[in-house]
Amino acid sequence: MSKVTLSDLLPLLPEIILIIGAILILMYGVFSSREKARLNEIAMGFSLALILLIFSMTILSWSSGSIESELFDGAFVLDMFSSFVKCLILFSSFFCLLMSVDLFKSEELSNFEYPVLILFSTAGMMMVVSSGNFISLYMGMEIQSLSLYILASIQRESLRSTEAGLKYFVLGALASGMSLYGISLIYGFTGSTNFSAISRLASEFHAPDEASLGLVFGLIFLLAGLAFKISAAPFHMWTPDVYMGAPTPVTFLFATASKITSIAVLIRLTMSVFPVMILQWQQILIFLSLCSMILGSFSAIGQNNIKRLVAYSSIGHAGFILLGLSAGSQAGLIGVLVYMSIYTFMALGIFSCILAMRRGGEAVESINTLSGIAKHEPMFAFLFATLLFSLAGIPPLLGFFAKFYVLLAAVGSHLYGLALVAVLSSVVSAFYYLRIVKIMYFDEANQESFDPISSIIHVILLISGGISLFGFAFPRPFMYIVKTVVLSFL
Amino acid sequence: MNLFSAFFYLFSTLTVASASMVVFSRNPVHSTLFLVLSFFNVAGLFVLLGAEFLAMTLILVYVGAVSVLFLFIVMMLDINFVKLNEGFMSYLPIGACVMGVLLIELFIAFGAWKGFPNAYNLLQAPIEEHLSNTEALGRVLYTRYVYHFQSAGLILLIAMIGAIVLTLRHKPGVLRQVVADQIARCPETSVEIRKVKSGQGI
Repeated sequence: MSKVTLSDLLPLLPEIILIIGAILILMYGVFSSREKARLNEIAMGFSLALILLIFSMTILSWSSGSIESELFDGAFVLDMFSSFVKCLILFSSFFCLLMSVDLFKSEELSNFEYPVLILFSTAGMMMVVSSGNFISLYMGMEIQSLSLYILASIQRESLRSTEAGLKYFVLGALASGMSLYGISLIYGFTGSTNFSAISRLASEFHAPDEASLGLVFGLIFLLAGLAFKISAAPFHMWTPDVYMGAPTPVTFLFATASKITSIAVLIRLTMSVFPVMILQWQQILIFLSLCSMILGSFSAIGQNNIKRLVAYSSIGHAGFILLGLSAGSQAGLIGVLVYMSIYTFMALGIFSCILAMRRGGEAVESINTLSGIAKHEPMFAFLFATLLFSLAGIPPLLGFFAKFYVLLAAVGSHLYGLALVAVLSSVVSAFYYLRIVKIMYFDEANQESFDPISSIIHVILLISGGISLFGFAFPRPFMYIVKTVVLSFL
Repeated sequence: MNLFSAFFYLFSTLTVASASMVVFSRNPVHSTLFLVLSFFNVAGLFVLLGAEFLAMTLILVYVGAVSVLFLFIVMMLDINFVKLNEGFMSYLPIGACVMGVLLIELFIAFGAWKGFPNAYNLLQAPIEEHLSNTEALGRVLYTRYVYHFQSAGLILLIAMIGAIVLTLRHKPGVLRQVVADQIARCPETSVEIRKVKSGQGI
């Protein structure tokens, strides 16, 4: 065993700073005697600053090239792939915090623990993304999920929020149990929890006719647990209720950062740990992708609550991401990374639109409240419509390119049937996206306008709408980054 | 059959039996006590496997703390368990079907068990011959596994924050005992001597 010095821990520095910073904010909140509003402002400010700091550190370590390292016998892996995903996660948790600033000032959401828990869950996600070992994977997963369970039910006076938290907790615990059982099977068959060792063993002993049944069993349980976390059908049951009940910024975190994390784990497991078992996991992923795309597009049609609708739409998008992954090729991986990034941008806009829907100081969530809003709030309606068009995948907008790359990969891997279903379900889902646009622009304006939209939400909305509108014009730097990441990963 | 396997079968039969009694017994207090019994038997299995540290921890933590907590909760919460179990019989057939199918599948899978031949050589931290369990754990817990160990600590911290955030209520007007104030009292501030004239109140 070699001696570990403090400077060896350098790759872990962002996580360490994030966790220590979160603990310091927590301690300050507990012991400070300031009044509540001031305390909340300070906690929020420091949390935002902390995430910005970690974000810049991640970018810096990337650009300095001193990346690709392993710590603690491979339990913690830092590579370009993990840094890329971490950037996405940090991006979404930063905007999650920024979106909550207004809610946080009001009485709806006023625990100073709120930003602290977001920081902890971000740290957990970062640990998951860089895990190179099943134990650290599970530990990170639990850190992430435990904080998210609490965040879902943090409005404890609200019945819906409590219900959301409880449902998420029970089903999440079930999913964790399934993953853990799968992990224990894999450990039992290979004798190691280390990703690189398992991958070596799997490729050494892989005969085409018998792909070590135990390993397949373990992998299936593990994939089922992860499918819960990315809310892929048929493991999606919790999604609409939890998305509806949780505070809107937290729902944004569920839809982006939490999903991105689990998809990153899926990518690592399928593409780098078990690439030889492609025949086994490809079937599962194809099934999950098929179910999610169909269910996501058809179930959303009847929804009248905008948050439930977004929940179903996110199930459909998870299906598209799995479509790229089940291609099992380099193109597929590029498609998945592009899709995740673009979906994060679009979801940012959609959720800030939902946050902007307030009347008389109360959040309204029914789609009918949007009727004729284009007359009162032309800017809001235009941006919302743009984002919806983009989610539907109408060509010049960014959402089209996300679907394009994924479909390209699927066709490249000869998954023609699946690609066809993807296109058709995307047509069906266009119906309910366009229905909202129709309600906003062509229905009678029978209600007064929304409360004045806060400047922060406005800025976020402008950023997200602008990127969705004009993003297609500047694809080169982004595609260059994604391709570098994929090349370094495979 | 040697002594080892005799004890193995004894402990595992008792574990399975008491675990099913946890589910099936009507009285929740009995369930909890059966849980304790199953923990003890699992601890016995651990001892058979040579993991004496794990066995002791299981008894200390689960029997000593967790089960007692369960007992308290069961006794303090006023839950009508008969009502809770009402739907049980109606779901039993389909549940039993799913369970049976899963069980058969697992049997098939383990029937074809074929571990990797050199899996044992891969063990990350094999216990050396002359070391006791506790010593072997102590050697790796803070060195090789410090990352996992610290993350486990973080999980516990978050669980604690969660318990406080979700349950702590600051009720106004609740009288609390403030020990410092009690100690700081002296006769000058707390006792007032008045002359009471006979036949009159204060």
